[in-house]
Amino acid sequence: MPNLKQNIRNFCIIAHIDHGKSTLADRLLELTGSVALRDMTAQLLDKMDLERERGITIKAHAVKLDYKAPDGKMYALNLIDTPGHVDFNYEVSRSLAACEGAVLVVDASQGIEAQTLANTYLALDHNLEIIPVINKTDLPAAEPDRVAAEIEDIIGLDCSNAPRVSAKTGLNVERVLERIVADVPAPTGDESAPLKALVFDSVYDSYKGVIVYIRLVEGKLKAGDTMCMMATGAKFTVVEVGYMRATHMEPAEELTAGEVGYVTASIKTVKEARVGDTVTTAANPAAEALPGYRKVNPMVFCGVYPADGADYGNLRDALEKLQLNDASLSFEPETSGALGFGFRCGFLGLLHLEIIQERLEREYDLDLVMTVPSVIYKIHLTDGSVVEIDNPTHYPDPASIAFSEEPFTSSHIYSPPDYVGAIMELCQERRGVFKDITYIASDRVDIHYELPLNEIIYDFFDSLKSRTKGYASLDYELIDYRRSSLVKLDVLLNGDVIDALSFIIHSEKAYGRARKIAERLKDNIPRQMFEIPIQVAIGGKVIARETVKAMRKDVLAKCYGGDITRKKKLLEKQKEGKKRMRQFGSVEVPQEAFMAVLKLDDV
Amino acid sequence: MEPVKSPIGIYIHIPFCRSKCPYCDFYSLTADENAFDAYTAALITSIKHWAQKLNRPFDTLYFGGGTPSLIGAERLARLVDASFSAFGVQKLDGGSKPPPYNIADGFSVGRGLAPAAAVPEITIECNPRDTGAKDSRFNFQTLRAAGVNRISLGLQSAVEAERKSLGRRGTADDVTRAVRHAKEAGITNISLDLMLGIPAQTLTSLRRSIDYCANAGVTHVSAYMLKIEAGTPFAARRGSLKLPEEDEICEFYLKACEELEKVGFSQYEISNFANPGFESRHNRKYWNCEEYLGIGPAAHSFIDGRRFFYERNLEGFLAGREPAADGEGGSFEEYAMLRLRLNEGLTQSETLGRFGYGIPEAMRERAKQYAEQNRLVSDGKGIRLTSKGFLLSNRIIADLLD
Repeated sequence: MPNLKQNIRNFCIIAHIDHGKSTLADRLLELTGSVALRDMTAQLLDKMDLERERGITIKAHAVKLDYKAPDGKMYALNLIDTPGHVDFNYEVSRSLAACEGAVLVVDASQGIEAQTLANTYLALDHNLEIIPVINKTDLPAAEPDRVAAEIEDIIGLDCSNAPRVSAKTGLNVERVLERIVADVPAPTGDESAPLKALVFDSVYDSYKGVIVYIRLVEGKLKAGDTMCMMATGAKFTVVEVGYMRATHMEPAEELTAGEVGYVTASIKTVKEARVGDTVTTAANPAAEALPGYRKVNPMVFCGVYPADGADYGNLRDALEKLQLNDASLSFEPETSGALGFGFRCGFLGLLHLEIIQERLEREYDLDLVMTVPSVIYKIHLTDGSVVEIDNPTHYPDPASIAFSEEPFTSSHIYSPPDYVGAIMELCQERRGVFKDITYIASDRVDIHYELPLNEIIYDFFDSLKSRTKGYASLDYELIDYRRSSLVKLDVLLNGDVIDALSFIIHSEKAYGRARKIAERLKDNIPRQMFEIPIQVAIGGKVIARETVKAMRKDVLAKCYGGDITRKKKLLEKQKEGKKRMRQFGSVEVPQEAFMAVLKLDDV
Repeated sequence: MEPVKSPIGIYIHIPFCRSKCPYCDFYSLTADENAFDAYTAALITSIKHWAQKLNRPFDTLYFGGGTPSLIGAERLARLVDASFSAFGVQKLDGGSKPPPYNIADGFSVGRGLAPAAAVPEITIECNPRDTGAKDSRFNFQTLRAAGVNRISLGLQSAVEAERKSLGRRGTADDVTRAVRHAKEAGITNISLDLMLGIPAQTLTSLRRSIDYCANAGVTHVSAYMLKIEAGTPFAARRGSLKLPEEDEICEFYLKACEELEKVGFSQYEISNFANPGFESRHNRKYWNCEEYLGIGPAAHSFIDGRRFFYERNLEGFLAGREPAADGEGGSFEEYAMLRLRLNEGLTQSETLGRFGYGIPEAMRERAKQYAEQNRLVSDGKGIRLTSKGFLLSNRIIADLLD
């Protein structure tokens, strides 16, 4: 077999959201003839509807492109597509570990933004050769010179050879391919050494089982080999290996060091083929795994309940199916007095949560009630032990609590200078600790705050966007746990606690939140035959209250011939309305009331 | 032998008014004499058409609107005559007193048994100004001769200021005169309409209206809680109307029930009160889920298990457009929903007779909490709401029927 390693280039495309990464990928596919033009649906690699709608990539994909360079030689270009959102940093880093180079796409009108930097730093951490590309030069607002200067100043990359392209129109995109061949180093690796292959992605397929995307660092792999997952110890017999093309899978006799491809081995779930794990062979196992494997931990939790209890089984099935392809989604059963049977789900972040919620509602046609998102708190008890709480209902007896800790993040907000005041105000409101503010460009500042995770997990991003007319962007990571004055708020209706509405909150915020909840409930609970006291309490102490007056009059004074069908319809509507009511003790609470409280937006 | 066909009720809509009251959402227009003639002719055609189609007698005939009296006694008489002859019903003369209404009759009639020979009840809704003004030439005799034996007058309130705020023409004195004329002509079964919860009303002013009714020599009172209907001028003006508070309205209603009872008007339905025997036989058909035919734009019908209606469009009716289907009727739910409007309520025996099964156990269960609250009575006879229960009847009935 000829040594084609010299002709291999493994690269990815990194960029801030919407700078044109996927469009550029599409053009590369087109140019290398990987996809017939007429088969192109824009942004082919974003297969899921949801991805396309939101214009983001959720799952990484890899495609092998055959490129005939100007020098006449054939090159195998392995394009590894990566998620751009901060929630999925780990997946991005594993994809980067599979590459030697990274094409950095920067929007010629927006310039450098939060993830531009975040991903660039990640790429540099992985010692990738970075090829800057300035995109969207077709836009009237494009300022390629300015952006090139920005890149040189802030990142320190030489942009004299940086292709200035329009991925949309295709202008200059061939230059990108030329630069990849010229500047990205070819992979190295010894074919005869024990197999070490990095898992950088996996996809569940109903026919083949899990398809594992791998980058072989050393050794080789073929059908019939017994492969071994080094972190989990699981062993599988290889059914097939090959290359991923844009539109189909191309089986091959074997994969060798330096190459990127896939392996199938009748693996049942993606949990058995974890991103970041190392594949080796049972016959000739590697001594050490590749570095960087990390068990991904959820950061944000919420309760997910079916609106109709009868849907519980469907919800469970749906979560199981989603988990097939999403190893970072965690869930376990939980019950609530108010909402019945449901699940406590863990997500990488808010975007992850929203995506899962939308997929459940749309793909599986489920009507859901989601409870307030929460984080993991560390509660130190008086007896010296520490409990980790992600569910308010497990909050220990306040008498037994010595002190509590909450997770803190290091957050960077990038924005034009005009909005610094509004942003700092927002961060102060969210109990942020100011760290630093630096100008990273003449019209861009980096505001660095340490913010409690629970303050930013819900609507912080939306508030940020609305206060800055959409210009600000956010990047955050968990840094540590800090002592915090936490309390648990309970909501009582007609004297009964509704556990689904309980949550843990910083004591500073408790009163304000309690009042808001009481008001929201009052506005959303319809009057019933008796007066309903609404109380919000900490421990036994009521700190906010409202009352829903008793209904006194609900009558149709006239009911003659023409009114009868109308009355019947009203009755039908009332019945429908009842279905959306949850009986809690003697109080009927409509779904809307829950949503209004649980989806509190404090803007 | 052919089974005796049970008689239906007939409702005839007269969609004309001199002016539109700001709270009303019934279908009506202002119009002139020519329109009246054209409309009367169209009605007669329709009456003949239906008589032939249905081949059934009627035992109640009700003219509602709009303002039926606006087209004049002569036209009304013609319509009554046409109905009698088309449907082949005998114009029995019950003398100067209408026959007492026997509630059990409804039951035997419903079972296809030969009805007791009952004089058909024929009601005309009249405007007090048109029929009771000093210079009114409305001829009640003409009506009586045609067979009309009941009229309904829109008093609304005996208090002048309240009438004005409701946009009503005419005075309480007009009502008094109209009643007198009708009685002189031999029509003694007379109903007055009252409204509760109208702008600026108080318990004292309500008392005055009830006293008026007590002394007016009438046999029946309908007392309606004002409902602000979407699309009416009142709806637009809602903020500036001095409407009583909800609690007050409840008080007015319960007070009205009590006071009307004291002066001889027994409550028999949510909004209807009568001297014993003088309940409205026609309206009873609605609440007993019995059959009726509605003729005229916006008129509804319930025949042979099917509901249908003429659209709210005069031109359409004049052009002979067929009514539109409106689903099926006569289910247990519908029956219960309507019966529970009556003080008599849902009875075990009649339900059994009609459906072959009695009041469901589940309904009795759900009724328990309301019985405890004195909003209804549930016993061997059946389930019936109290006046207190009527106030929350939408809620309670929906719950009972769940």
